[in-house]
Amino acid sequence: MSDPGAGASNSDDEAAAAAEPRPELHGWPLVDSHGQRVVHCDAGGYLELMTALEADGYEMCADLCAVDYLTHAGRALPEGIGAERFEVAVDLLSLSRHERVRVRVQVPEAEPEVPTLFDLWPGSEAMEREAYDLVGIRFLDHPDLTRILMPEEWEGHPLRKDYAVGRIPVQFKESPSAR
Amino acid sequence: MSQQSKRSLVAETSEGAQELHLRDDTRAAELRRELGGVLRLPEGPTLDPGDIDFEFQEDETMIINMGPQHPSTHGVLRLMLELDGETVLRSKPIIGYLHTGMEKTAEELMYIQGGTNVTRMDYLAPFFNELVFSLAVERLLDVEVPGRATWIRMLMCELNRVSSHVMWLATNGADVGAIGMLLYGWRERELLLAFFEKVTGLRMNHNFIRPGGVAADLPDGWRDDVRAICDVIPRRLDEYDSILTGQPIFQERQQGVGPLGGEQAIALGVTGPLLRAAGVPWDLRRDMPYLAYEEVEFDVIVGTYGDCWDRYAVRLNEVRESIRIIGQILDRMPAGDYRIQDKKLTPPPRSRIDESMEALIHHFKLFTEGLKVPVGETYVAVESPRGELGCYLASDGSNKPYRMHIRAPSFVNLQALAPMLRGGFIADAVAVISTVDPVLGDVDR
Repeated sequence: MSDPGAGASNSDDEAAAAAEPRPELHGWPLVDSHGQRVVHCDAGGYLELMTALEADGYEMCADLCAVDYLTHAGRALPEGIGAERFEVAVDLLSLSRHERVRVRVQVPEAEPEVPTLFDLWPGSEAMEREAYDLVGIRFLDHPDLTRILMPEEWEGHPLRKDYAVGRIPVQFKESPSAR
Repeated sequence: MSQQSKRSLVAETSEGAQELHLRDDTRAAELRRELGGVLRLPEGPTLDPGDIDFEFQEDETMIINMGPQHPSTHGVLRLMLELDGETVLRSKPIIGYLHTGMEKTAEELMYIQGGTNVTRMDYLAPFFNELVFSLAVERLLDVEVPGRATWIRMLMCELNRVSSHVMWLATNGADVGAIGMLLYGWRERELLLAFFEKVTGLRMNHNFIRPGGVAADLPDGWRDDVRAICDVIPRRLDEYDSILTGQPIFQERQQGVGPLGGEQAIALGVTGPLLRAAGVPWDLRRDMPYLAYEEVEFDVIVGTYGDCWDRYAVRLNEVRESIRIIGQILDRMPAGDYRIQDKKLTPPPRSRIDESMEALIHHFKLFTEGLKVPVGETYVAVESPRGELGCYLASDGSNKPYRMHIRAPSFVNLQALAPMLRGGFIADAVAVISTVDPVLGDVDR
């Protein structure tokens, strides 16, 4: 366990815990979310943090998904992290240590771009394509950033909050008589 | 990059076609991925596609489509293959033909309705989808379900694992020419579906595991039914051993076909029987226990070489382990409530509605307003028959999920197709697709 944040759980002395600096992982704030370790970072420090985590022994990129916080901008974030419209949540898994850590990256609306994790975990390829397709986050240097679930000529990114939900108009008519 | 970012939404969609292109039109990184050489080895640089190339004439290869209407692609999987004669040089799965925007739908449905949505994703393992969604909601609510609910969930999930694996044995047999197996597999699955129907009312898409517990208690006589299943299935598995395991043609079709190494599997995010067949003893039930898996005894089945044969053996023996777990559940099923008795989370019993105004109000409020989940986000993972099934749930404090993302094991496992197919025959491609066991409902969601 090389990360300094792991010591946050044994806060037997509350006064000392309050005086201690906030838990960090590779310089980014580490918070506890329902018993899970979550690191927050911004798009600029994303690749560096992920490279450090890969070196820490997180062998698998278990999950990657993007969230559009357009209508829920006031969510709680640790100090020093400015809320942006988009967030990419990456769940990393260490098989040897039986540990998970989640990274939440703030991605600005003006430039929804983060570097790809393809070189660190090739398995993130399809999930990044999905995040691009459905939320419109561009992954720089991704080998094949095309739509994966939607048809390739589709316009817009359906999981954005300003994307309208499709409705099929239903016309109620008098039901035809039996004969 | 600033120019790129200024493009309109319409322009963003012209990133290119999803199909496999000619070699000349393919970017180097993309080509490397299609060749299956994406793994960054621990020492040395990224695998050079030239190292694993064959002798072939550039102008004699052809790119063909397999699927999406191909009977052995298990649904609507479309595979583009570059072939030199019968040898697969490059491959690329093209998916999305079954995409129905279920993650978007989830944002429109209340938490108590969400189960009906997620259960339709992996239609061969519906209980697992319901389970992972319910666990995520419960973690955000910070509630603990009663012991009996946990054990009922475990029972249904293990039975579902048996039915899913038996179904896989059937289709795998059919894919490699053992048509008889198809009939036997469906027959055994019928046993389990009949039990599911008795418990939940439906053969598929149960919406049985719900936030707060399960929908109903087990019916009278469930022990006899489960005992009958535990009696029959192991005997039938021994029969499969004689009609498949010992059969030379079946062995020829499976042994040494489509190998996948453990390190490569981990790098590609592959989980489940594929990862275990590659020799990595990783099972969330044992390694990151949820429900009450800590209290039951079972073995994690591990292969060595990671070929189709190992994947077959892992699944066959996992059925045996599941039966072992079910036997222990039979002995240890606790008495008690099958759901949380919190009026804000679960509806009151039907009989109370007739006599209690309060119960009627709670019932009405729950089904019109739903339950409100505190602000937060969480990721929950369970071991489905296909691998790590995860649910990322973000809540804004309302009665609907702000964002619900399902980490579908089939979707991620499909990435392993390119390295496994490379250099094999097109006939083996059918066997390899089959042993990946993709469920396209899960892939496309």
